[in-house]
Amino acid sequence: MASIEVQDLWIRYGSKEAVRGVDLTVEAGQIVAVLGRNGAGKTSSIEAIEGYRRVAKGVIRVLGLDPIGDRKKLLPQIGVMLQVGGIYPRMNPLQALELYSGFYESPVPIAELIENTDLKSCQGTPYRFLSGGEKQRLALALALVGQPKVLFLDEPTAGVDPAGKQQIRNSIIEMASKGVAVLLTTHELTEAERICDQIVVIDNGRIVANGSPEQLRQTLGHSTITFRVVGELDRANLSQKLGVDIEVVGEGLYRIGNGAPPSIIGSLSELLNQSGVELLELNAGKSSLEEIFLEITGEADS
Amino acid sequence: MAAHPYQAQAKAEIRLSMTQYESLLVTFGIPLIFLVAFSLIKVLPLPLGITKSVQFLVPGTIALAVMATGMVSLGIATGVERSYGVLKRLGTTPLSRGALLLAKITAVGVIEIVQVLLLAGVGLALGWKPTGNAAYFILAIVLSSAAFAGIGLIMAGRLKSEAVIGAANGVFLILLVLGGMIFPVTSLPGVIADVAKVLPAYASAHLLFANSSGPSGSTTQSWIVLFAWAILAPLAATKLFSFE
Repeated sequence: MASIEVQDLWIRYGSKEAVRGVDLTVEAGQIVAVLGRNGAGKTSSIEAIEGYRRVAKGVIRVLGLDPIGDRKKLLPQIGVMLQVGGIYPRMNPLQALELYSGFYESPVPIAELIENTDLKSCQGTPYRFLSGGEKQRLALALALVGQPKVLFLDEPTAGVDPAGKQQIRNSIIEMASKGVAVLLTTHELTEAERICDQIVVIDNGRIVANGSPEQLRQTLGHSTITFRVVGELDRANLSQKLGVDIEVVGEGLYRIGNGAPPSIIGSLSELLNQSGVELLELNAGKSSLEEIFLEITGEADS
Repeated sequence: MAAHPYQAQAKAEIRLSMTQYESLLVTFGIPLIFLVAFSLIKVLPLPLGITKSVQFLVPGTIALAVMATGMVSLGIATGVERSYGVLKRLGTTPLSRGALLLAKITAVGVIEIVQVLLLAGVGLALGWKPTGNAAYFILAIVLSSAAFAGIGLIMAGRLKSEAVIGAANGVFLILLVLGGMIFPVTSLPGVIADVAKVLPAYASAHLLFANSSGPSGSTTQSWIVLFAWAILAPLAATKLFSFE
């Protein structure tokens, strides 16, 4: 049995269809990221899986339980990190952890959590005076206190400095290594690429891509060549001779996309040389996950 | 280790209530200042048959304290918790809505016990001579708490936190004037006095006075009014409350 199973999920707000037929599976020990533009339907989907939203159609099972009907049985087994806030402004991390540990049968010892999430130096500071990184680490600690089997993390590293981000990512990876299923949302594609086993891209309420970062790059990415020159480039002439489209990316910077074969590099170099244009820089490779995301969600055009 | 969501939450609610210093000024400071100041400085009118201010002011300031705790303090704290996502976050834990509500009621109850003991103690020191039915006195406090907490939670569950602060303090001031807590409603113009008698503040102050301090005429209308507010306000809060 998968930790999270979603089949044909539909969510409507009045006449608006926010989520249209989403399928999703997260196994124990897996980290799955849901990506999408603002308003794409990812938060609605996650909140329905957490049991916050009524669904118009579809089946959701978390640890085999219905998130709404079996809420009482499910809540002790999940950990949730909201995007912002959710903690009493005047409570300090120690008090918040003491409170939350009282909610669970077998909580993680508070000292251990404080150590693991690096909250020792601010454990007595009221929440409203904590830095962005400290707030996020506390939110993560509260999500972990009940030893959850499933973790829902909404943009866990938003507003955190690079060192703090790495710390949070390490904690997430460690939880997954212990068999916890992690479902997270993020706007950071590099984060998804680094720590996730699977990436689900939602756009306009539908899943438009689903697979491991490598699978997405292999199936959706394509070869690109970018080059920088000094001098006047006759783009139309070069394009005709090479038989490919050349687009302007910046000043003196050009890109050959749509599966440009690497063999074209030799001809490009030769033609530039013949026309007296100096080649300063040349890169060839697969498109990045960010480029794939922008392309499939249509943001590249906007 | 067994989970004790209610105990954990109640402990946190009490600690938060007792360390919210601006709120303590309203829940303890204002009733206490009114009791001491107007018992010693005889500037306010008194009901017929009462000669000592403290006899009228002890039940009045207890009603005022209950209103401040249930409506202003609970309302503002819950409104802030709602706007900060605290209630939403608690909703993802094994703490049930019932246990959360019970924890809030417990905190309100603890504060009210301290308030009543403090005001009654200061009143006794100032010469208050309690007479009447203690059971009815306690019942009136319980009903008043339910009515004012209901009103506070309606505001907390519908308005933004800044609006809750303004609305709770505004309604507090209006009910303070119309409630017959510091001066009798007979001092108000006729129509306003009639309106005041269907408000929970007057019913609360009237019943506390009638069951602790002296002659007050028929209390039937006040019992009906207070029972109605004590049932309808929490019911409306339950219907209207939004956790997000």
